[in-house]
Amino acid sequence: MRYITPLKAAKGLGAAGPSTGTLHHWTLTVTSVGLAILTPAFLLVMGSAIGLPRAGVLAYFSQPYPAIVTALFLIVGMYHFVKGTRNMIDDYLDGTERKVAIIFSEIFGWAVIAAAGYALARMALTAIIL
Amino acid sequence: MVQFNLPKNSRVTVGKTWPKPEGATRLKRFNIYRYDPETGANPRIDTYWLDLDKCGPMVLDALIKIKNEIDPTLTFRRSCREGICGSCAMTIDGGNHLACTWGIDEVKGDLNIYPLPHMPVVKDLIPDLTHFYAQHASVNPYLMTETPAPTKEWRQSIEDRKKLDGLYECIMCACCSTACPSYWWNGDRYLGPAALLHAYRWIIDSRDEATGERLDALEDPFKLYRCHTIMNCTNTCPKGLNPAKAIGAIKHMMVDRAV
Repeated sequence: MRYITPLKAAKGLGAAGPSTGTLHHWTLTVTSVGLAILTPAFLLVMGSAIGLPRAGVLAYFSQPYPAIVTALFLIVGMYHFVKGTRNMIDDYLDGTERKVAIIFSEIFGWAVIAAAGYALARMALTAIIL
Repeated sequence: MVQFNLPKNSRVTVGKTWPKPEGATRLKRFNIYRYDPETGANPRIDTYWLDLDKCGPMVLDALIKIKNEIDPTLTFRRSCREGICGSCAMTIDGGNHLACTWGIDEVKGDLNIYPLPHMPVVKDLIPDLTHFYAQHASVNPYLMTETPAPTKEWRQSIEDRKKLDGLYECIMCACCSTACPSYWWNGDRYLGPAALLHAYRWIIDSRDEATGERLDALEDPFKLYRCHTIMNCTNTCPKGLNPAKAIGAIKHMMVDRAV
């Protein structure tokens, strides 16, 4: 039992301030617009690579357009994923569970970006080196 | 935090079924949530039967008839009986409505009546709105100025006054906030549609000089940004207002001053 007034409970710790809500909201908006452009471009890039032999795929992703579109799609997509997941976590979890889930979500998102970036760079550079 | 099951002491049990009125030709069954914290018993659903030929047309008429003629222990709030005071907000047939403006004939079959969802229950159909009202108070719902008050009045153009239409009419019945899943899960920190609609009403008031401070107070992932435009608030508002639009407008203003 805490003897606090209803108004104190409603105000809580106050507003978190700049770089919190609005930045998150704006980031999700910008990445959404980016994905609206990048998703069809990425699907076209992947469609063009279907059926190619291994050497052909390596050569394909060594070209600037497929490599850059794929890299942007992965980075923007996973960044959007991390921010969107944060929304769900904030909605449904509380306290320590919330903090742990945010940490795992961030680690997962950035790990996927790193792994996908490495794979893409390796494909592109392998074809150039060979 | 999200909860998928009711606590054990909140699970609803089968209650008493009252006898049907004799000689009735147009019978209607009312299943009403009953809870008395003084007994320590779980909530129950009591069943009442009314003859619609001897009852007023609105759900509130039925509740008053039940209280006056069948079961005087039935507890609910009511005052104006014409959709102005917001006292008789409750969940009728699965939606949040004012009992005084919701017709009995709008519900086919049994009429199920519960208190507003996801709020502590004081008794029967009376939710505890203490936190809801405190959240409203926390947005400073009054004119804030630094300029000394004019001798006659704060002037406002007709166009600026029109911006307040669709906002000032809110009667604080809590139908919108208690219909919002975000408010269910994070009502301790998320202000909810009603308080945010009132916040916007003062943010866009041309006479108010605390616009920046008001926006600062909402710059928070929870107070404002738990709104995901689910629109339950707008769907259920008994006054036909659009809290979701007001919240969207606040978000636009937040972005406008940051980007």
